[in-house]
Amino acid sequence: MLEYITSYLKSETTPGQAGNLLWAFIYIVLIFLGLSVAVIAMNWLERKILAHMQVRLGPMRVGPHGLLQPIADALKLLIKEDIMPAEADPFVFWVAPLIVVITAFTVFIVVPFGPTHAVTDMNIGVLFMLGVSSLSVLGVVMAGWASNSHYPLMGALRSSAQMVSYEIAMGLAVVSAVLMTSLNREGTGTLSMIGIVQAQQAQQTWFIFKFFPLGLIAFFIFAVAMVAETNRAPFDLPEAESELTAGFHTEYSGFRWSLFFLAEYSAMIAVSSIAVTLWLGGWMRPFANGLSGETWDLVFSLIPGFTFLFLAAMAFYNTARMPKHPYFRVQTMGLAGFGAVLALIGVILFIPLVRDRIQDIFWFTAKVAVFMYMYIWYRGTFPRYRFDQLMKVGWKVLLPIGIGVLILTAIAGVLF
Amino acid sequence: MTPVATTFFFYFLSVVTVVSGVGVIMRKNPVHSALALIVALLGQAGLYLMLYAPFVAGVQIILYAGGIMVLFLFVIMLVNIEKAQKEEQFNKQWLAGLAAAIALGLLFVFIYAKGRGLFPDRAIQMPEQSNTQQVAVLLYGSYMFAFEIASLLLLVAIIGAVVMAKKRI
Repeated sequence: MLEYITSYLKSETTPGQAGNLLWAFIYIVLIFLGLSVAVIAMNWLERKILAHMQVRLGPMRVGPHGLLQPIADALKLLIKEDIMPAEADPFVFWVAPLIVVITAFTVFIVVPFGPTHAVTDMNIGVLFMLGVSSLSVLGVVMAGWASNSHYPLMGALRSSAQMVSYEIAMGLAVVSAVLMTSLNREGTGTLSMIGIVQAQQAQQTWFIFKFFPLGLIAFFIFAVAMVAETNRAPFDLPEAESELTAGFHTEYSGFRWSLFFLAEYSAMIAVSSIAVTLWLGGWMRPFANGLSGETWDLVFSLIPGFTFLFLAAMAFYNTARMPKHPYFRVQTMGLAGFGAVLALIGVILFIPLVRDRIQDIFWFTAKVAVFMYMYIWYRGTFPRYRFDQLMKVGWKVLLPIGIGVLILTAIAGVLF
Repeated sequence: MTPVATTFFFYFLSVVTVVSGVGVIMRKNPVHSALALIVALLGQAGLYLMLYAPFVAGVQIILYAGGIMVLFLFVIMLVNIEKAQKEEQFNKQWLAGLAAAIALGLLFVFIYAKGRGLFPDRAIQMPEQSNTQQVAVLLYGSYMFAFEIASLLLLVAIIGAVVMAKKRI
């Protein structure tokens, strides 16, 4: 038994490839927990950052600086009444949120947080991610149709048209990145997520910089298409509040609605991690070429710990700034405790054994976090597209550019 | 890694595919039929996976389940469901249907009884790790001409669709 557990640690592959069910299960649970925490954190961060962009304070009441707001929200959603419209199609109405959530979580099987930190590595990794996430539109369409109401149906129609059109541009951008994995004329390319990052490692460049500016353009196409694919602002027409109340999930409430919410955010994380894997070097640390050598390796391996210590310092600074009134005593203590936990994590991350194991996860997560911040930033700054403009951008701008980049990348790959 | 419980998964996927395939023609509601068709296509993708063809399975999911079926649903959702449910579901061609079913059944029985030499006596172990690369080599190597003909056909279809849909280009 003990040998079964430890045998995986020596194998230097993902649990799926090593055929170790126990570790695969542990990884799945860890990813599930991590995602849930990330969604909760995103909920809070989005409201806070948007509020600060609009010169407001955002949630401030529940917990210090509104830190417990997402938990209060989740509780509220769970105890809310679950309403189903009278003329709705019960089975489809029931199964739609499940499909959306399951597809949003399934794609994380192949996301490579590190060379060994993925549930499994598939030969068709990218294809699997795109395919399974393209199934989520089915859930959206089903939800909109089953509600038997006008706004949801309009939202579902918009959503399916939008997702199908942007999927093509997205696919072309992905293919041009996959082409880059084959080095030289005799090299063979790969679709596996881990293989793609290893190809970037072997070629000593992130694909965003390869064949400049081809990689950059492909990345840009993907970055636009992925926002449209996840139905986020400025492409959030399926749920445009001013036109369609809440789009395809207008008739959903309580727990079912929270499933849509969960799926939306984990789909955002999923597409961001495709972008990070394909163009931004996955788990590789920044400046791997320019600042190489053992000293720099050590410096970069200390960054995770310092990041958490910085966060802890912020928490302590705000603890000191809390109002001194006795009414705020519990909140002050809570914030101090939160800072202490962050500091403890930071200190743990300095231990060499942990440091080496956790580094790749940290860099991957940090890159994904940048994308998540960008999502909020888009929402705070860009006005919403009109639907014909959206279609025009997808079919007449992104698609031709994508085909052009694909052809040029193929030519560049043969020539150089 | 050696495959586990292959027999179970084969029968499971087959049952899923067949049952949902029957569901496609038995349901009165066209949206339910389309959903059953999606399940059938996904079961088929699973069967491709069992044949060590992950690339085909992935493409099946992206193109059929994620692409074409969404367009299907897109059109069906605009149809008046109540009107569609009043229409007759079967066209009562019992005789022709029976003849076709018997002929197909006889064909199956014949192949099962006589056609043993047509199939290899055990499953061929294809290289799973390089499946995508193998497909690419075949498509762009041995079957280059057929591949190009197919893409030309698709191009003609696209242009035809545009010409038919737009009055003024």
